Amino acid sequence: MRFFPMPFHSMMLFVVWLLLNNSISAGQIVLAAFFAITIPWLVKDMRDEHPKIRRPFLAIRYVLMVMKDIVVANVEVALLIIGPIKKLQPGFVAIPINLSSDLGITILASTVSLTPGTVSAEISKDKTWLYIHSLHLDDEQALIAEIKTRYEAPIKEIFGC
Amino acid sequence: MPLYLEIIVCVLLLIGGIFLLVGSYGLARLPDIYMRLHSPTKASTLGITGVLLASMILQSYLQDFVSIKELLITLFLLITAPVAANMIAKTAIHHGIKPLEKTRGKSLIEKMRHRNNPPE
Repeated sequence: MRFFPMPFHSMMLFVVWLLLNNSISAGQIVLAAFFAITIPWLVKDMRDEHPKIRRPFLAIRYVLMVMKDIVVANVEVALLIIGPIKKLQPGFVAIPINLSSDLGITILASTVSLTPGTVSAEISKDKTWLYIHSLHLDDEQALIAEIKTRYEAPIKEIFGC
Repeated sequence: MPLYLEIIVCVLLLIGGIFLLVGSYGLARLPDIYMRLHSPTKASTLGITGVLLASMILQSYLQDFVSIKELLITLFLLITAPVAANMIAKTAIHHGIKPLEKTRGKSLIEKMRHRNNPPE
């Protein structure tokens, strides 16, 4: 494994490079192989340990659910933007989170930013509170409960942490 | 090019265009930086996705070759948009930019600046 310290990432790089160029000519394959070997070799010392995905099917379901939520959230936010601005009630909310891995927290924060009219703003030093800004805050407790059950619980289960 | 493909591409372009327009309009219209963040992270991801899907269908037809790079662009956009929004929000908080007067939970900003836990 000296030449491929990260075999999965090497394969990804190889495939993605060919897809981005939409070609399987010899030159592109050589370039793709070059990148697939050198880039993992250059970055292998910068890696942190990440938890493995324990529940792959749940992960796929989570991705599909988030995609659906992105479409819904897009329409909702578009309507809020067109509607009367004066009626918007923005607000900051602190959400207690219970995830032990950085990867899980990153995924949760990104999901929160992409979906329900909220943007994640900051995280506390001990990584137990996620601060978010909401464009239109009706019910703080309901928002916290929704994020915890809809997004945090599946992430916790997927990574088993 | 068959009519049904042209219709699909046109509809996707229109949907994408409308969402991008609303996203940019929101950027100009919303009153403070924290609210403005919402419109580029959300309204425009769907807009870009619509335009890219239209491009994917058109290119696949013209080249007789399924073009997947548009899906990759969408994926990269979905990964990077929240990170950018988060960095802008962080910067605003650490520079002490005041949110709108009526914003709820303004007391949390001081806690956020020092990354402390909120008071219970």
